[in-house]
Amino acid sequence: MAFWDYANPTRFLRLVHVVLPWLTGLCVLAFAAGLYMSFFTAPEDYQQGDTVRIMYIHVPAAWLCMMCYTVMSISSIGTLVWKHPLADVSAKSAAPIGAAFTFMALVTGSLWGKPMWGTYWVWDARLTSVLVLLIMYLGLMTLWRTMEDPIKAGKAAAVLTLVGALNLPIIKFSVDWWNTLHQPASVVRMDGPTIHPDILWPLLVMAIAFTLLFFVLHLMAMRNEILRRRVRALRLRAASASHPGAAAATAQPAE
Amino acid sequence: MDLGTHAGFIVASYALCALTIGGLIAWVRLDKANQERDLKELADQGISRAASGFGSTRKS
Amino acid sequence: MTGWALDLFQRDLKLSVRIGGSALVGVLFFLAVVTVIPFGVGPDLNLLARIGPAILWIGALLATLLGLDRVFQADREDGTLDLMLMAGRPLELVVLIKCLAHWVATGLPLVIAAPLLAIFLNLEPLAMGAVTLTLLAGTPALTLIGAIGASLTVSLRRGGLLLAVLVVPLAIPVLIFGVSAADAAIHDPVPFLTPFLILCALTLIAAVVGPVASAMALRFSAD
Repeated sequence: MAFWDYANPTRFLRLVHVVLPWLTGLCVLAFAAGLYMSFFTAPEDYQQGDTVRIMYIHVPAAWLCMMCYTVMSISSIGTLVWKHPLADVSAKSAAPIGAAFTFMALVTGSLWGKPMWGTYWVWDARLTSVLVLLIMYLGLMTLWRTMEDPIKAGKAAAVLTLVGALNLPIIKFSVDWWNTLHQPASVVRMDGPTIHPDILWPLLVMAIAFTLLFFVLHLMAMRNEILRRRVRALRLRAASASHPGAAAATAQPAE
Repeated sequence: MDLGTHAGFIVASYALCALTIGGLIAWVRLDKANQERDLKELADQGISRAASGFGSTRKS
Repeated sequence: MTGWALDLFQRDLKLSVRIGGSALVGVLFFLAVVTVIPFGVGPDLNLLARIGPAILWIGALLATLLGLDRVFQADREDGTLDLMLMAGRPLELVVLIKCLAHWVATGLPLVIAAPLLAIFLNLEPLAMGAVTLTLLAGTPALTLIGAIGASLTVSLRRGGLLLAVLVVPLAIPVLIFGVSAADAAIHDPVPFLTPFLILCALTLIAAVVGPVASAMALRFSAD
């Protein structure tokens, strides 16, 4: 089965080598098309004017920060249930990318909010949930960094990721509740029932471009992580070879 | 191309996104260069996966 | 089977009361936070009465976070944790009992101190009762969620700060519903019972998720 074939890091690296140039090319094409459409063919919105163009990067970034967490959650299940050797590599390399996209969603959201709401930040339900998500990404990254052994760190991060995945709907629900208590719903909403097709098409193309970008970066980061673990394993072996006994206990294969 | 009264905000958000994505790409490439350099250094010292049969027979 | 559970509970309670007097330190920290807030926002009694429940809740959250790193760390340092892992008792239950003992030692004193501190914040008797009740229902959830963070960081030497960062996002729902229930009792935009029951539900969810997740993390950190 293909899924288990690529559990072998070497085979996975070979696959990356083949797939990556194609994915990169597709991603560049999608970005070219998407950017052209969002700047030249898409009309300005009657309500938001030209600021609607910020949506073409804000919405895909927001979509990706959730998709990235989904990828991490699936990888965490892979770590804990199937003990798939690449699952924690995938989870670890997805976290910084997810954090970057979350950051982009927040920044573009507040840059859109300044002309629309008159302020850079409102404690709007969605913005607040995304901010919480950013804190969770950064916390996970810190957990990865502080733990020495990548296997143990992978398992700890997997537990936290899954607890976070359980908690995110609860957080979303409670932030919505908190928001309706404290704020009159008078802000301009993007998610009306009528998104004009002229706006929808560039949005869709940009979303595809961002998704491709995520996979390109994710594969590259996974490759780096595999190499990093190889370096670590080789160093440990070298150390245990020069000081037999002392370091032998710690020189476990860490790939 | 006229971006209207809020051109600054639009340009700023696109520029920041480009910077962030550029940063990600730079991070990934630098990291790759670092790891490959380390692997090469180790190989020069005679420590490599091939030299000891490391990884060729072992599962995962 | 209740024998060992009771023994464990009493042991943990004794340890946390004796060593370092964590109950007292937690309450002192709670008092310090509540004292500091008026210096920040000004001594306006009306304002303090309005944000009083929120201050008490945030104070309780911070005080709980402060004590969390000791839940498993002391046991790990002297090897008790390894014995517990090998003893063959259901680890989830062990964690639950340890959390309960920890809550009785550190959370319950906060709940008892809350009405007293509420006087400083110019809260009316009704509000005082509401805040105390919500803290009673909500602080167990904070301890149980915190146990996840505590078991994840148990092998780290200086995990306290990281623990707080990891736990705070997960504790936000508890904070939101705790404060809204207390607020609802004072100036009712919604009935008190709605947020309060959701708060109780959150505590029950935490009582399931917390022990399961932190037992899992403890097993992984051991092997």
